[in-house]
Amino acid sequence: MFGTALRVLVLATLVTGLLYPLLLLGVGQLLLPAQAHGSLVRVDGEVVGSALIGQSWTDAAGDPLRPWFQPRPSAAGYDGGASSGSNLGPENPDLVAAIAQRRAAIAAFEGVDPAQVPPDALTASASGLDPQISPEYARLQAARVADARGLPRSQVLELVQEHVRGRDLGYLGEPTVNVLELNAALAALG
Amino acid sequence: MLAAWGLFAAQLLTLAAVLVAIHLPVGNYLAWALGSPRDLFVERGIYRLVGVDPSREQSWPAYLRAILVFSLLGILAVYALQRMQALLPLSLGLPAVSEPLAFNTAISFVTNTNWQAYSPETTLGYTVQALGLAVQNFLSAAVGIAVAVALVRGFARRGSGTIGNFWVDLVRIVGRVLLPLSIIAALVLLAGGVVQNLDGFTTVTTLTGDTATVPGGPVASQEAIKLLGTNGGGFFNANSAHPFENPSAWTSLFEVVLFLAIPFSLPRAFGRLVGDTRQGFAIAATMAVLYLVALVAMTAFELAGSGGAPQAAGAAMEGKEARFGIGASTLYAASTTLTSTGSVNSMHDSFTALGGGVAILDMMLGEVAPGGVGSGLYGMLVLAVIAVFVAGLMVGRSPELLGKRIGPREMKLASLYILTTPTLVLAGVGLSFAIPALRDDILAHSTSNPGAHGFSEVLYAFTSAANNNGSAFAGLSADTPWLDAALGVAMLFGRFVPIVLVLALAGSLAAQEKVPVTSGTLPTHRPQFVGLLLGTTVIVTALTYLPALALGPIAEGLSS
Repeated sequence: MFGTALRVLVLATLVTGLLYPLLLLGVGQLLLPAQAHGSLVRVDGEVVGSALIGQSWTDAAGDPLRPWFQPRPSAAGYDGGASSGSNLGPENPDLVAAIAQRRAAIAAFEGVDPAQVPPDALTASASGLDPQISPEYARLQAARVADARGLPRSQVLELVQEHVRGRDLGYLGEPTVNVLELNAALAALG
Repeated sequence: MLAAWGLFAAQLLTLAAVLVAIHLPVGNYLAWALGSPRDLFVERGIYRLVGVDPSREQSWPAYLRAILVFSLLGILAVYALQRMQALLPLSLGLPAVSEPLAFNTAISFVTNTNWQAYSPETTLGYTVQALGLAVQNFLSAAVGIAVAVALVRGFARRGSGTIGNFWVDLVRIVGRVLLPLSIIAALVLLAGGVVQNLDGFTTVTTLTGDTATVPGGPVASQEAIKLLGTNGGGFFNANSAHPFENPSAWTSLFEVVLFLAIPFSLPRAFGRLVGDTRQGFAIAATMAVLYLVALVAMTAFELAGSGGAPQAAGAAMEGKEARFGIGASTLYAASTTLTSTGSVNSMHDSFTALGGGVAILDMMLGEVAPGGVGSGLYGMLVLAVIAVFVAGLMVGRSPELLGKRIGPREMKLASLYILTTPTLVLAGVGLSFAIPALRDDILAHSTSNPGAHGFSEVLYAFTSAANNNGSAFAGLSADTPWLDAALGVAMLFGRFVPIVLVLALAGSLAAQEKVPVTSGTLPTHRPQFVGLLLGTTVIVTALTYLPALALGPIAEGLSS
């Protein structure tokens, strides 16, 4: 019984722990290398990040940079080595206070009415690496980004519109805008 | 709000259509894989290699011994791999895992729980994840299915002293079912953007001149079996909320399909194996009703978004990803807590008080709607034993199920089964708060939210561990000596005590002859029986926990 169990465990480890992931590594390498290596985004040949992993767009002091679209708040500080949500409960006073503070800060930063700030801009994502924001939040930021870059507001708003990804199949999930892809397109405008 | 419900309904109908379409072929395939008398050529080679005679069947104690010895070896292997991590290749420079955490994690993965008291990115390298955790994702799932099949044989056989051969069942479940399905699922996930590499953490220079880290790993292969086997242990800390585990709304729905596929197909396999598919349909219908009610309730609470933080933000989006929104998050959350999967695409800790409460209640149902792979079916069949007993009491007849008499021995086993998890959950939570030193330690070091929500975090943890779910109110820091040990014990007993009882039940049913069907026999394939089984499930499982729920999510929900 013991010997059988040991032999089965060793065999299972070789097949499901070694051969199986190696097979997928090989197939991924051959057929889907871009996805297998993390959907990397290149600008002028240089990798600037992954389309799927959110980044922070702040200065050294942690303040948001005006020329770039800003992502959602992150409990992980957009550290790709430490994904995490805030795990703050619905009645946690710290969370309620943080949301009020974010609303005021974003309204001031964008120069809009606090009531206009959408929910995704006020809440930390589950992964702390959310690569996307709602189209509402992207449009809210367009004027500020355009002004900071000396571009016509309509041009930036159009760029946002081009980067809206609708719901999958038309009804799954929510429409989004990928922040890195949008900012990379901005950078390409010069 | 109406638009949100419309989108949710479309999503749910898609899921339902897929499950309805696949449960027949998958169920029939499972029945063939486990019931066919012929061994495949490769399998015969394997049996020679490991020294098993596939034609020799086991009595229930022998079948149980094989499972226990095999699982014990699995625990030792995962423990040893973690403790030796510093010496292993592809460990990303990570040190050995501490003793209490390695103990907790080894039990967690062998019991199909996949509770994670650690953050994978900073704790486990690729070798431990692949050779330790992913292997147990296959094997623990196979053990669950094997136990379910043994119980089904108990119903199907007459006057038999044996219930199958565990090694044959194991080889067939892994080789014929889990491995091929995982390869297909992993390829789909890869195409959707789930990574599969050995790149480690790559540092890149961003457009702002800052640096960013892109993680890597053999994720797609592990993700596939994590879901198909209702395991749920994430390759990354954020689990299936991490964009590299679940990149888009369609992959999210695909993942839900993956972990519902086998649990909803097993009743079909059960029906085939006992020679009456209507019996399987009644079981699946009971599961589906519970599933729908719980899912719609959770979605309603999250869309309503009551509570301080959701109201302040304008929606319950804390701990949810932009690409999923609320509807795709609750679909995943309800499905993962109603199966014993426990992977998450949103942080349940930040759900509304009552939405999070539904997640806890889902697990308290005993993971039967549809439950984990195998464990869902055997859990529901034990409840069916109780249901026919209750019905028998009402009309004054000796109860039968599928032609087998439910006598005192069967009822004792079924009763012990339904008492096991509530005892573990309530004793664990009770001790955690009744012993002052433990309570002070938990409040100082473990809970991350004040008041009733902090209590809910501990209640969630013990409910998740004892029911082998593995999801968490993840703000709880569970890597403390007490919680590592207590939750480890809850997972261990929550898994193997029911398995002992189910196999004993299988043995005693298999030994019986069939009782002929008469006009007095209670039919167990009609809506009437589905209703009886629903009532039994809700009363014997969920109601046990009402006082505990009142102290946590209900108190918090009422105060908001």
